[in-house]
Amino acid sequence: MTENTSLRDQDGPYFGEYGGRFVPESLIAALDQLEETYAQAKADPTFALELDELNKTYVGRPSIITEVPKFAALAGHVRVFLKREDLNHTGSHKINNVIGQALLAKRMGKKRIIAETGAGQHGVASATAAALFGLECVVYMGEVDTVRQALNVARMKLLGAEVVAVTTGSRTLKDAINEALRDWVANVDDTHYLLGTVAGPHPFPTIVRDFHSVIGKEARQQMLDDYGFLPDVVTACVGGGSNAIGLFHAFLDDQEVALWGFEAAGDGMETMRHAATLSKGRVGVLHGAKSYMLQDEDGQTIESHSISAGLDYPGVGPEHSWLKDLNRAQYFGISDDEAMQALKALSQTEGIIPAIETAHALAGVIKYGSTLPAGSSILLNLSGRGDKDMETVGKYFGFLA
Amino acid sequence: MSTTETLLHDLSDKGQPALIGYFPAGYPTVQESVEACVAMCESGIDILELGVPYSDPVMDGLVIQVATEKALANGFKLSMFFDLLKQITSRVSTPVLVMSYWNPILQYGVERFARDLKAAGGAGLITPDLIPDEAADWLAYSDELGLDRVFMATPSSSQKRLDEVARLSRGFIYAVSTMGITGAREDLDAKARGVVSGVRNTKTEVPVCVGIGISTADQVSEVNSYADGAIVGSVFIKAYRDGGIEELRKTVKQLKGGN
Repeated sequence: MTENTSLRDQDGPYFGEYGGRFVPESLIAALDQLEETYAQAKADPTFALELDELNKTYVGRPSIITEVPKFAALAGHVRVFLKREDLNHTGSHKINNVIGQALLAKRMGKKRIIAETGAGQHGVASATAAALFGLECVVYMGEVDTVRQALNVARMKLLGAEVVAVTTGSRTLKDAINEALRDWVANVDDTHYLLGTVAGPHPFPTIVRDFHSVIGKEARQQMLDDYGFLPDVVTACVGGGSNAIGLFHAFLDDQEVALWGFEAAGDGMETMRHAATLSKGRVGVLHGAKSYMLQDEDGQTIESHSISAGLDYPGVGPEHSWLKDLNRAQYFGISDDEAMQALKALSQTEGIIPAIETAHALAGVIKYGSTLPAGSSILLNLSGRGDKDMETVGKYFGFLA
Repeated sequence: MSTTETLLHDLSDKGQPALIGYFPAGYPTVQESVEACVAMCESGIDILELGVPYSDPVMDGLVIQVATEKALANGFKLSMFFDLLKQITSRVSTPVLVMSYWNPILQYGVERFARDLKAAGGAGLITPDLIPDEAADWLAYSDELGLDRVFMATPSSSQKRLDEVARLSRGFIYAVSTMGITGAREDLDAKARGVVSGVRNTKTEVPVCVGIGISTADQVSEVNSYADGAIVGSVFIKAYRDGGIEELRKTVKQLKGGN
């Protein structure tokens, strides 16, 4: 790699060998239209202004950074800084991408958006944007997830969205994406598929990353302005990988900054019940892109398992696969139990209740922070708040029957 | 010209309708699927489209999803596939094209899949989620082995893409009749005629067959009036599911017989 090559310049369709468009021909025209609309929007200053304004007056950006010394004490002699995406409107980072894509849908003249959701956060964010922009909204959600995230189903319905429980396959996020793709194939003329993570066919991994890259841009500047240094480690949880790439992207060319991604190890990395796609998967094609994925020897997708619905996905965004192979980012697994203990720890040491997804990154900091030299600093994407998880958490710790 | 193309052109020249029938391998079990496929060929389909069950079939409607899920639940493995295919090709002379999503082929190995397909008597491959742009390996091995490769043409495809699909397809071109997934629809979309005419505009010699949503003899006959064949799937699976081999034979004859 030459000195001038920036890791931040990768805009697809491929990230190394990963990415591409492994989708039915029926979707190509819509993907081309989306790519073209996005290119025009990027070149149009009014688009950036409109997005900035919405980020400021609706989402609540910039999100703040909170240093958490009492939590950091659990992780050795390090300082820990949280990028507070949990304080965004709707309670997670997901809104960043949704507002951007809803603006693109409007530009394309599409009146209907569809979305998939696992934990319900992307579904809630999509339903929110649909309400704001006056779009019809259908959210596909695996039947299993509608049960474990019942509160978010109610939120989506309150916002005016239709929620379709998907009863085929494993009845989780991957099947919700299949069903959303089928809907899109049938209704592509008037419908925009508002994909919620950095996976899927080109240009989704690039567009979703770009709309989330505001996280890293803000955080990097905030670290420099408020603390006068860049963190030694930047970290986030990884399911499909949107909050992680959103934070990582601004730091890709800061070679002295290590990037750690934490995947869901479910019952444990040594078991078959996990969602550690990058750590334990093989390269294949799923949902339109080539990337690491969980699959059997025949290429049939294997069901993932995680206590966190948002990380319970057997695929991952192609840019993460590329960063892993380049060794620019390291990915580790965190078990359900480790995540739940970290969730409790942050709640009780700092008065911040994180989402179970986010708790995987917090657990990673506790687990690996002590390997860092004393005085090291870690910037963590606090991607979502834990309100939606109270039933799971309450049952896990015995607060609820 | 491939055997499949010659067959479709001959039927067309004689003014006879062509019927392409889909059935999933391993549904409900490996042996029963062999018998069902042989019965379809004996009852009059002109080309068999043999599906490889896959966990995430995004182009398929509920009928095919449920059938392929059942095949997988009953233990279908890719290692059984080529023996299954060979059993069919050794009993009937109907060309057999394999329909598979891309990941199973990628994991098996594109070259290995192509060679085993050829050795088992398969005519070629229909790839619902592999567009020509991503197909470099498959283009090379199918050329080397003379296998058919069927790409899709859809109502939303630009003329430029139709040119590319026509240039790179062999056997036939799969014209998607409507913007949707597989499954029976009562009114066949007029868009089908548009797609076929878009493909004809490319001046290709490759036959164009129409699929998705075809369920009645009238539709088969109508499609054959402007295209080179009609592709039918879900209806055959329903017939087999509800009435076994006999119902399947009856349905094939009905659809093949035209009005």
